[in-house]
Amino acid sequence: MFPAAFDYIAPATLEEALSALHQHGDDAKVLAGGQSLIPLLKLRFASPVVLVDIGRIDGLEGIRRENGHVRVGARTRHRDVEHATDLRGTLDVLLDAAPLISDPLIRNMGTVGGSICHADPAGDWGAVMLAVGAQFVVRSSSGERVLPSAGFFEGPFTTGLRPDEVMTEIRIPITAGRSGGAYLKLERKIGDFATVATAVHLVLGGDGRVAAAGIGLCAVGAQSIKATEAEAALVGQTPSDDVIAEVARLAAGAAEPKADIRGSADYKRDVARVFVQRGLRTAVNRAQGATS
Amino acid sequence: MKITFEVNGSERSVDAEARTLLVDCIRTKLGLTGTHIGCDTSNCGACTVLLDGRPVKSCTVLAAQVEGRKVTTVEGLASGGKLHPIQEGFHAEHGLQCGFCTPGMMLVGKALIESNPHPTEDEIRWAISGNICRCTGYMNIVKAIHHAAEATAAKNAAGVA
Repeated sequence: MFPAAFDYIAPATLEEALSALHQHGDDAKVLAGGQSLIPLLKLRFASPVVLVDIGRIDGLEGIRRENGHVRVGARTRHRDVEHATDLRGTLDVLLDAAPLISDPLIRNMGTVGGSICHADPAGDWGAVMLAVGAQFVVRSSSGERVLPSAGFFEGPFTTGLRPDEVMTEIRIPITAGRSGGAYLKLERKIGDFATVATAVHLVLGGDGRVAAAGIGLCAVGAQSIKATEAEAALVGQTPSDDVIAEVARLAAGAAEPKADIRGSADYKRDVARVFVQRGLRTAVNRAQGATS
Repeated sequence: MKITFEVNGSERSVDAEARTLLVDCIRTKLGLTGTHIGCDTSNCGACTVLLDGRPVKSCTVLAAQVEGRKVTTVEGLASGGKLHPIQEGFHAEHGLQCGFCTPGMMLVGKALIESNPHPTEDEIRWAISGNICRCTGYMNIVKAIHHAAEATAAKNAAGVA
């Protein structure tokens, strides 16, 4: 298999890339690591006229802490998040999720921003970013926008990103307090898409109550889902087993799974419930063990 | 378009369409057929090559993406008529049956040992989790990579590497 013909440009600067996207609009497609896009090109599900490879633009990779945020360059590879062990205790859920994405070879090429923009409902980063309340920094030739992750995922492979925009950074706010998170994923084999996966992230206040909470669901709907009702039910509570069980029940209620070869809708909804419950217990344990 | 990159230590230039996949470029433009095409859907890892030292699936990389970068294929393992330690490991432990997955398995093994000189069995299995052996000969593949790691460490300790 090979893609339909396209014009290929690999600009050295972001400005050149943005100008090309401005010029070609819907006819252009951004290539980052290519681990989702190239299979689509080969299957001819996508046939862009112009491919804008952002692989040679400096400054789009790396993870750093700045101004109360963890800032992840959009072209940061999955494997680089996997090895960013200093995120443990602050953003456990990222460290849990990274090694569960596809397989080691794909993680060497695939990028965080590429995966988010691709917006596969079974993509892992969507649920994670909803759980941690990430913001997405996107640039076009007319300027910069900062988009909240909540609402960004509009449907299967559909986001709030405009055709002339490139995601440059993922900005994750760090809330004061003891934080913990967890990502649990059920997959038939390494490299398969998730049957179900759940991302949780919470911050405990000095009184032991939950000061902030985020819950994201993967592969149980038309897009990555933020379980807002469950989140609201957790904030302000002491995270007892009863509270966690109820929050997990509410989270599963936000799932809209479809039956497929990986399982029935009821099965997937129940896996979501069990995984949120287990994930929250782990997150609470991690937060209680963590020093602020 | 003209694409120039380093293959097994030599700079090579090819004239290829932008849509050319790296695996096809390597096999048909450069004649290096040790890199195999298995599933062609980024599942099996038969097309594994090292890109700047890290294993990637060359059926899911455009040749154009490797402009100016370093690619290592199975043909680049042996040097001066002498097998690479990873190849010796696969030979000594009989780490292959039909041989189709072997180039990919060896390249993944080489990259693993370079970043982790003393991998555990779990770490080896984790490293090869993106590569499928249709003969299911994983036991000996794991032993082969372990063998190569031990041999490399012993050689380095003796200071003759």
